[in-house]
Amino acid sequence: MSKEKKGVRLEHISKIYQDPKTGKDFYAVKDANLEIKPGSFVTLLGPSGCGKTTTLRMIAGFESPDEGEIYLGGEPINELTPNKRDTAMVFQSYALLPHYNIFDNVAYGLKLRKMDKQTIKEKVTNILKLVGLEGMEARMTNQLSGGQQQRVALARALVLEPGVLLFDEPLSNLDAKLRVTMRTEIRRIQQEAGITAIYVTHDQSEAMALSDQIIIMEKGVVAQIGTPQEIYYHPASEFVADFIGEANFMRGPLSHKQGDAGVVTVEGNAVDVVGAANMEEGKECTLVLRPESAVLAEQGQLPCKVIMSCFMGAYQNYHVMVGNTLMKITDFNPKNKKIYNAGDTAWVAFEKENVHLL
Amino acid sequence: MASRQSAALERKKLMADPIMVTTIVVLITFLTLFILYPLAILLVDSVYGAETGLTMSVFQRIFQMPSFRQAITNTLKVGMTVGILSTVIGLLFAYVEVYVKLRTKFTARLFQVVSMLPVVSPPFVLSLSMIMLFGKAGIITRYLLKIYDNSVYGFGGITVVQTLTFFPVCYMMLKGLLKNIDPSLEEAARDMGASRFKVFTSVTLPLILPGMGNAFLVTFIESIADFANPMIIGGSYDTLATTIYLQITGAYDKQGAAAMAVVLLSITMLMYLVQKYVLEKKTAATLTGKASRGRMLIEDKSVTIPLTVLCSLVALFVILMYICVPFGACFNTWGYDFTLTTKWFVRVFEKYKGFQAFRDSFLLSLASAPITALLSMIISYLVVKRKFKAKGFIEFVSMLAMAVPGTVLGVGYIRGFVNGVFGTGFLSGIYGSAAILIIVFIVRSLPTGTRSGISALRQIDKSIEESAYDMGADSFQVFMTVTLPLIKDSFLSGLVTAFVRSITAISAIILLVTPQFLLITVQINEFAEKGSYGIACAFATILIAITYGSVLLMNLVIKYFGTSRKLKEVE
Repeated sequence: MSKEKKGVRLEHISKIYQDPKTGKDFYAVKDANLEIKPGSFVTLLGPSGCGKTTTLRMIAGFESPDEGEIYLGGEPINELTPNKRDTAMVFQSYALLPHYNIFDNVAYGLKLRKMDKQTIKEKVTNILKLVGLEGMEARMTNQLSGGQQQRVALARALVLEPGVLLFDEPLSNLDAKLRVTMRTEIRRIQQEAGITAIYVTHDQSEAMALSDQIIIMEKGVVAQIGTPQEIYYHPASEFVADFIGEANFMRGPLSHKQGDAGVVTVEGNAVDVVGAANMEEGKECTLVLRPESAVLAEQGQLPCKVIMSCFMGAYQNYHVMVGNTLMKITDFNPKNKKIYNAGDTAWVAFEKENVHLL
Repeated sequence: MASRQSAALERKKLMADPIMVTTIVVLITFLTLFILYPLAILLVDSVYGAETGLTMSVFQRIFQMPSFRQAITNTLKVGMTVGILSTVIGLLFAYVEVYVKLRTKFTARLFQVVSMLPVVSPPFVLSLSMIMLFGKAGIITRYLLKIYDNSVYGFGGITVVQTLTFFPVCYMMLKGLLKNIDPSLEEAARDMGASRFKVFTSVTLPLILPGMGNAFLVTFIESIADFANPMIIGGSYDTLATTIYLQITGAYDKQGAAAMAVVLLSITMLMYLVQKYVLEKKTAATLTGKASRGRMLIEDKSVTIPLTVLCSLVALFVILMYICVPFGACFNTWGYDFTLTTKWFVRVFEKYKGFQAFRDSFLLSLASAPITALLSMIISYLVVKRKFKAKGFIEFVSMLAMAVPGTVLGVGYIRGFVNGVFGTGFLSGIYGSAAILIIVFIVRSLPTGTRSGISALRQIDKSIEESAYDMGADSFQVFMTVTLPLIKDSFLSGLVTAFVRSITAISAIILLVTPQFLLITVQINEFAEKGSYGIACAFATILIAITYGSVLLMNLVIKYFGTSRKLKEVE
């Protein structure tokens, strides 16, 4: 569908803003280096204020970087205005033109490119079919539901066959169920169109479901880049581990290091770990354990006291204390398992491969 | 060094957009030349003479004139009184409309008429009717009350007339604020045991106090800048605006007038800055949110009946004053011979070149209105939607014109353009031409248009324009295909407001108009001063008919071609 898939490269990109209260300058984005491959779906993920939207708006051309250069398909685009860039954006508020109907909204960009009427009609019809809105050309935008408006916004961007498609939290105004449907749709359409997509969101499950690559940002800095699996199982920092899914953190010194294996003493208990090859013996380190990677049992690595036990249907949710460390454990499919109640003592059991060492 | 790259990039992006750059340059030139330059030249003129060099002697001279010192006192006294009265009456109207259940359609309609009248009427209509109702030959004073020597000229007359002219402005401002108060705040106070009166004094009033200050200052500025009313009904009670006018037309003392204009300008400017930078911020800080739901209106008869009756009486009185003018044009000799006649209208056209006056006023206003409306929309667009260095300048200067009294602007134009810009002869041709009149009309109406444009544009999600920009439209295309269609209503009403303001303008124009142009307002002023109220009323009646007609036309056009209906459904 796309004329040409384009990659995007950010080289040492920084954006400096002035704090309106203190008047001091701060980095909204600091020294971001990104390489986005043609045809891939990449998500910029992070909490609000992490610089993800600023990064996207710099790629679109609405903001100008203070340092560095942005390349689109190998060409530097710093000096180009948004209308001259081969990008198309889907906005959080959809930003449909309220005085036009669906057809005219989708045709807007094509008309600006001075295409003839017949071509425009064909293209609009095709793209509306792709997003599932055929036959609704004459509707005004205010007669559409949120999900339909989002489809128009997507169609309007896609029809221009841009080198890269930009999404600025496009699903955040939809209700939870529709969000799930729409994200599957977006992924399908992106795959069918074979277009490069950069997607900004603060919703980690959206990022997981959509992306080939996730870029996690924290306070303007890129914290980690990787596939969803890499980021989930091998988070580069506590921030990443905590932001993607839930995580328990346990601290203790590393001892008995032998190659990749080692022992970490947590709250007085020795825990076998792997992945210690790059760690230094004797140093404090942090163990990351996902709540679903551990269970409560009569035997295990860490003795604990249950302080909360809650039935959630699909799983039993436990809060337990290991010494002074609070741990959360989700035990799936609890129907035929022993249920521990608040006040019980038990053991936290897990496989050592499920522990990630930081 | 770091932040320079983005500045440089923004500059380059701007330069890639020649239409935008040209627009900005043209705007800056226009604003500088026709707002800043005339004001600057006044300042220079009043402290610098070719022979005397830098001197304060002009100021010393004018401050030694007892008449000038008296004029300052008079102006401030009128301004204070009118400001306070207008704010209080405006608050009363706003409160009744927002809080009290209006029982009849008639009262609701009355309120609507009162809020619209000052928009469509020429500034001195109330002065005329004041004289005709309460003057020596006034029907109320002479025929109802049998008072034969009542004088309406002076402080009292000006105060009444200005209050009745300006309170609707306060009413509209305060109505907006009251509507934004979340009813649950007051309900909470009621719930905790406060009486209705206590709620008003302890919750409502403190919340809108900055807004009332705001309304007061706006009225104050309008009052001391007002030229037409003090001219007609002031008698020997001179205000700064009239004194400046007389200093030029009577004493031919242009330097003295310049210095006086500087004094008047300093007062209005100070008020304007306080209003804009202190009170407006405070108002916004206390009243941010929108009302979460409808308010339970007061139905208690002991409250509703007195308030409604009081407001209705004031409203009826105002309407009576306006109606008086057309009647004045229909009687043989007002106050003495009440036989119906068309002689005044006939005379207007046969003897006093009425047709030329209407043609000149109409054409000049018609020429200025579209330019004003378009300029104010462009300025609003630049201010709200774009970022560039000179943006602050453009916004400040175009709104500044609001604080510049017409008389001051008129004197500034005389000093600035008679011998060309800086006395070089450049642009000296525009003095005495139609161009300078049109420019004055534009400058005088620009702040109102820009303000309504800015507030209309702020309602529109920024990303709508960004999306058009992103899809490949350049600034000009974005403005034409997205911005303008979305604020069509604001544009249309700006068009009509500019037209109405221009055709009813007098203060700056009266100093600049040359005998080759006859303007209705100048004619009205002339005949009213001579005491020929019949002719003045006939002129004024036709003028009101024109302005009212254009407002009706605007409402029709907005109803059938406006965008607001569709847009409102979106929200």
